[in-house]
Amino acid sequence: MTRESIVNAVVLALLIAVPAWAVVTGEPFTITLATRAVIFALAAVGLNIALGLGGLVSLGHAAFFGIGGYAMGILAHHAQTYTVLDLGLFTTGGTKSMPVIWLVAMVASGLAALLIGMLSLRTAGVYFIMITLAFGQMFYFFAISWPAYGGEDGLSIYVRNGFPGLNTLVPIQFYGLCLGVLLLVLALNAALAKSPFGLALNAARQSPARAETVGLNPQRLKLVAFVLSGVITGLAGALFADLNRFVSPVMFSWQMSGEIIVFIILGGTARLFGPVIGACVFVLLEHVLGGLSDYWHIYLGALLLAVVLFARGGIMGLLAGRGAVHD
Amino acid sequence: MTDPVLAVDGLSKTFGALRATDGVSLDLRPGEIHAIIGPNGAGKSTLIAQITGALAPDEGRVTFLGRDVTALPVRERAGMGLARTFQVSALAMEDTVLQNALLGVVGATGGAWSFLRPALRHGAARDRAEAALVRVGLQDQARSRTADLSHGQRRLLEVAIALTLSPRAFVMDEPMAGLGGDGSKRMTGFLDILRAEAPILLVEHDMDAVFALADRISVLVGGRVIATGTVAEIRASAAVRAAYLGDPA
Amino acid sequence: MTSILIIEQVLNGLQFGVMLFLMAAGLTLIFGVMGLINLAHGSLYMVGAFAAAAVAGATGSFLMALTAAMAAAAIAGVLVETLVIRRLYRADHLDQVLATFALILIFSEGTRWAFGSFPLFLDTPDWASGPVTLPGGIDYPRYRLLLIGVGLAIAAGLGLLITRTRIGIQIRAGENDREMIAALGVDISKLYTLVFALGAALAGLAGALVGAIQSVQVGMGEPVLILAFVVIVIGGIGSIKGALIGAILVGLTDTLGGIFLPEVFKLFMTPSAATASGSAVASMAIYILMGAVLIWRPTGLFGPRAA
Repeated sequence: MTRESIVNAVVLALLIAVPAWAVVTGEPFTITLATRAVIFALAAVGLNIALGLGGLVSLGHAAFFGIGGYAMGILAHHAQTYTVLDLGLFTTGGTKSMPVIWLVAMVASGLAALLIGMLSLRTAGVYFIMITLAFGQMFYFFAISWPAYGGEDGLSIYVRNGFPGLNTLVPIQFYGLCLGVLLLVLALNAALAKSPFGLALNAARQSPARAETVGLNPQRLKLVAFVLSGVITGLAGALFADLNRFVSPVMFSWQMSGEIIVFIILGGTARLFGPVIGACVFVLLEHVLGGLSDYWHIYLGALLLAVVLFARGGIMGLLAGRGAVHD
Repeated sequence: MTDPVLAVDGLSKTFGALRATDGVSLDLRPGEIHAIIGPNGAGKSTLIAQITGALAPDEGRVTFLGRDVTALPVRERAGMGLARTFQVSALAMEDTVLQNALLGVVGATGGAWSFLRPALRHGAARDRAEAALVRVGLQDQARSRTADLSHGQRRLLEVAIALTLSPRAFVMDEPMAGLGGDGSKRMTGFLDILRAEAPILLVEHDMDAVFALADRISVLVGGRVIATGTVAEIRASAAVRAAYLGDPA
Repeated sequence: MTSILIIEQVLNGLQFGVMLFLMAAGLTLIFGVMGLINLAHGSLYMVGAFAAAAVAGATGSFLMALTAAMAAAAIAGVLVETLVIRRLYRADHLDQVLATFALILIFSEGTRWAFGSFPLFLDTPDWASGPVTLPGGIDYPRYRLLLIGVGLAIAAGLGLLITRTRIGIQIRAGENDREMIAALGVDISKLYTLVFALGAALAGLAGALVGAIQSVQVGMGEPVLILAFVVIVIGGIGSIKGALIGAILVGLTDTLGGIFLPEVFKLFMTPSAATASGSAVASMAIYILMGAVLIWRPTGLFGPRAA
């Protein structure tokens, strides 16, 4: 058992124990916080496929988070107002079924990631960072100026969407659903990192010249990673919208993009549970420090600076040392 | 005489005012080691880059296995079996030795699009990677982190990766660089055996190794090939002596 | 849709563009010379605006306010450079992004703590207020005309600095080969601090100038920062000329897009739908422009060409 696996096990145990305890003591707000952390973790796990494995510093991942959120918002809005959504080729009355919404969210964000990726991956380095940031901003301004779905005020969804077999209105059940999704995605992520694709992508990140010399196509590898990454962050967006029963352009903001990266860095880049730790710590800080001071972002900024300058491997790096060499 | 495996014809490349490669023509025949030597700044790295596809020539042609590959990118030439080693090791430093070797197999077999099964699972791919490590003598370091290897071991790893590509020709950029006396002797011995597998285009500074290994030598000076011949011919050539030592013939 | 309206909007676009240029010029120099991506540039813009508002409020002098803006931003820039940025020159881009993002958080919340969440007021000075009648009978705000003038003057000044002075030569050399100029005995650390301070001063000036026609509030810098990034992508990293042309293109596209697109949409939609969707698409116009440039020239119009 490596130290990293022990930390992972502890985190998993906490993710189960803390909400369970909250049910027993009757504190639904804790469960809401935990759900928020788990959903943020999912968004960050998504980004980490592009960032940690692929070395792609995407400052615009909020684009996919927002697309997922609005997929939910738009579909649920039409369903709850009994209005029809006319997409030209076909019409739909919307839906309040989570599985359908998730599918739409993932396809929509995947397509967006494909388009954005194809354009952005024509460049590298700083250009890539600036372009992804810009595209995120594009979606933000579009969402603000498109009046049909609330514009700047956002869209409220009165009742949480449904999942077969569950009563999603009960906080712990919705939490369990989100946790289940996170664990499934983590398992897929772990498999991906160890797979030939993961090996190739990781090598392309470390030495593109080497990758080309063995016959790999770094561009295509990165594009696939970027699309996968967008799909998962999009799913997180749909879940987030359901948690808050609210969607607004803020989900597209550059601050959101920055926060998703912060989750990864706080926890530890390219570590399986890194994004999970980072998201949990962030939500904890947000709640605790935010309660103490209105200006808690200053402390977050200072913490982030400290991590970047002095503790590059994040919390996982501090706890478990350098990444274990795989067998 | 059989057709050359690799050939360049009238290759030229200019950077601003500098003519880095000036009408270079040479070829690599089956079973041979063809060494390229020349003083610093002669344009050896630029030439290698054009042969492997990292740089596009302004004029001229590169032919590999009978095909005109001048327009093909690096990865397609690698796919055809053009295996290159780097002067400054280009390896995935964070990964293990075995993972680096496996990378070659993944690239060669087009296996990068497998997403779920572990790359290191036991099977044909892993066997091939391990076999390459055995051939260069690195099998005991399979689980070591590449960054922890000595310089000489990294050179051997580069060769091992080249081996996994089912190479039809090797292009080696100063494999002796940085190796001490023992390391050089071992590498020399290894390359001697390697030529049977695929011919080697060898860029080198280490004259002992060159004279011991080369079937033919081309001398590159100021971007041009001033002489091509056997070891004896080159050693006797006045033009080569002038270029290296500066005394007029 | 009169020609007067069009000319007004062109001038607005030009004004928007030159202000963006002030941001983009600093950013592109900092990236070109130091290889550093600086997200905190928007904070320096904000610092300039707040300094100007505070000084204008205290002294009533707009010119003093502008001077204060540039000084405050430059000082903040030097502080940030010596304390934080200096450690990032050799770091990878991710680290630079994160550290400068952290600086945004600190600057924004710090400013909010010091000045509160409500916008401050900065008025255009009396001697620059009011309309000016241009040839053709068009009335245009004097202040905005002044901004265009100031922006173009600074562009010319920067161009001269880069091409005709010793500092300019060091900057151009630094963009080409960082290690070489150190070897040639140029004091790198002073050069970097100077370039950073120059960029900061330009950002602070832009913040103050624009703050008089928009509002001075926390978070005003980041949207401008992101637009400046778009300008740099279009114009090419390291090129002042690219920054100017890119900025003017972006300014014109945004302003003219905003009035033309709804009109175009009115051709095949109801007026209310056309206004709504036209404005929405117009908000994306700049990014579509960026996308188009990327397809054609991935390193920007005047950026470094791939070998």
